[in-house]
Amino acid sequence: MKETSLRAILPDHELVRMYEQMVLCREFEESCAEQYTKGHITGFLHLYSGQEAVAVGSTHALHKDDYILSAYREHAQAIVRGAEPRRVMAELFGKATGICKGKGGSMHLFAPELAFMGGYAIVGGQFPIAVGLAFASKFRKEGRIAACFFGDGAVNQGTFHESLNWARLWELPVLFVCENNAYGIGTSVERSSALADIHKRTCGYDIPSVRVDGMDVMAVHAAVKWGAEWVREQNRPYLIEALTYRFRGHSMADPGKYRSAAEVELWKARDPLPAFAIRLIEEGIVTQAELGAIKQESIAIVQEAVTFAEESPWPEDGSVWEDIYA
Amino acid sequence: MPEMTYRDALNLALKEEMRRDPSIVVWGEDVALYEGSFKVSRGLLAEFGEERVLDTPISENTIIGVAVGAAMGGLRPVAELMTVNFALLAMDQIIDHMTKIRYMFGGQVNLPMVIRAPGGGGSQLAAQHSQSLETYFMHAPGMRVAYPATPADAKGLLKTAIRDNNPVMFLEHELLYNSKGEVPDDPESLVPFGKCDVKRSGTDITIVAYARMTILALQAAEELAKENISCEVVDLRTLAPLDAETFVASVKKTGRAVVVEECWKTCGLGGEIATRIYDGCFDSLRAPVRRVSGLDVPMPYSRKLEKLCIPQVADIVAVVKETMAAKY
Repeated sequence: MKETSLRAILPDHELVRMYEQMVLCREFEESCAEQYTKGHITGFLHLYSGQEAVAVGSTHALHKDDYILSAYREHAQAIVRGAEPRRVMAELFGKATGICKGKGGSMHLFAPELAFMGGYAIVGGQFPIAVGLAFASKFRKEGRIAACFFGDGAVNQGTFHESLNWARLWELPVLFVCENNAYGIGTSVERSSALADIHKRTCGYDIPSVRVDGMDVMAVHAAVKWGAEWVREQNRPYLIEALTYRFRGHSMADPGKYRSAAEVELWKARDPLPAFAIRLIEEGIVTQAELGAIKQESIAIVQEAVTFAEESPWPEDGSVWEDIYA
Repeated sequence: MPEMTYRDALNLALKEEMRRDPSIVVWGEDVALYEGSFKVSRGLLAEFGEERVLDTPISENTIIGVAVGAAMGGLRPVAELMTVNFALLAMDQIIDHMTKIRYMFGGQVNLPMVIRAPGGGGSQLAAQHSQSLETYFMHAPGMRVAYPATPADAKGLLKTAIRDNNPVMFLEHELLYNSKGEVPDDPESLVPFGKCDVKRSGTDITIVAYARMTILALQAAEELAKENISCEVVDLRTLAPLDAETFVASVKKTGRAVVVEECWKTCGLGGEIATRIYDGCFDSLRAPVRRVSGLDVPMPYSRKLEKLCIPQVADIVAVVKETMAAKY
């Protein structure tokens, strides 16, 4: 079967933008790893490398004011939505110029002006919050949906089941997107879920769902585009399971002994970045030289972000007491 | 001022606020059609309709989490937990999310929401339905905790809670629902947070209490007055913020203090209050601060045993007399 031409789906500039963002996210995450090794980034650090197709494909399929919520591997989600890389990096450095003034760190990015409603670090914590945002949107007749991203591990939390039931019962516009990267830290889906086909879990709640190749940015885009519009029109939840893979460990502290090098290599061979680049070149949307320029531009943005973070001031001591109460 | 029950005062507060502000929504288990387990939400569905008054599944953690999201999305949800005991199922959303979100996101969002939760012991409901968990909430920075003793305070504090831009844990005592008192009918009459109420003036000793314990403290004070012991009863009204200024000023005047708490004694409210008194007016004290507390046991069912576990008027009277008699 012949693949649909990319140009039939999106204009050139948006396709290029999507690729740029995938590269930017990859460069950003790899730079984070370096800064962590240098001790500039501390605490927990969960990197997104390998999963870029999910954030980029999804975000471009959503309306700009649709809510996005995610877990703690969310740098890319925030950046693709429009958060400035320098302010995200500054947050990771714990600086006053960070997107959350250095109070949240890697796991708690937040940008309400972009409808990016947070990174949450208790597995499954974001489900009911997404349902509540969808309720508010429906109540206020805003027409925005809540796109709730989560990992495969989160589907065994009570909040997943409570929230699916609730969203369907109250007929709320929530798009659940499972980024199934095959492991909850070191425990595989097969070793944690009685039903490893996560998308089938919605049967008990009368919620339709689909599984999609999460390494293919256009497949993700198509699924989210269809799903988001269905959710918006029907005022009902929908679930997408994107099969993806993280190239790095769960966090920087993870030596990754639970998976074989061969398995990692197999997935790296399906890296969403070169796969998308090849299609862009094949269709004459970019040239090889332009791809190189995109990479150089991303490296420059990330370097500038690191410099900004390094040079930014630490938070004032007095700020420790600020922001607790309105 | 009209006289009404604590229950009706809460009900009136909800109605007045919902009439004033269309962004207020109410949900919880059996709050709409059934009108609430304790009938605090009586008439809300009829007046405000099913868009604003909603029954939920029995999913406590999600009841709170959906309220967090709705508050983030511009509404003012009032979520009812059928009893405070079930808050333990929702502690992840209450503590990990509701109280943290504003801070960890750098103050970029407010969560104007209220959790209403009836609680307290004394109805022979045994270990899982008789808890006094107030300290669990006041321990966590990021939320307000109110716990009224009288119908007037119930109405005024709930209205303040609903108008506050912070999350509020609003505790209600199950044994007070039928208690009566005068309640201001002015819809703009509010009771501020962080202000104790001196419910009885006295000169010999200060009794610091809250919620139902305030009522018992007032009864004890009445008995003690017959023996010429003049008690000042300070009702905390809100546990967070805690108005130490008022009770410390009272103890400075009387020189003695007893704290009455329904919760377990260990790591209880009384320990905190006593420390604030020691910090604030050690030099004025003429006796150590004493606590009258719930016993450190899971609540037994038998009413004979249950009575032992909850502070009684006689216990307060006894500890006040001991404190008065203490020679230092």
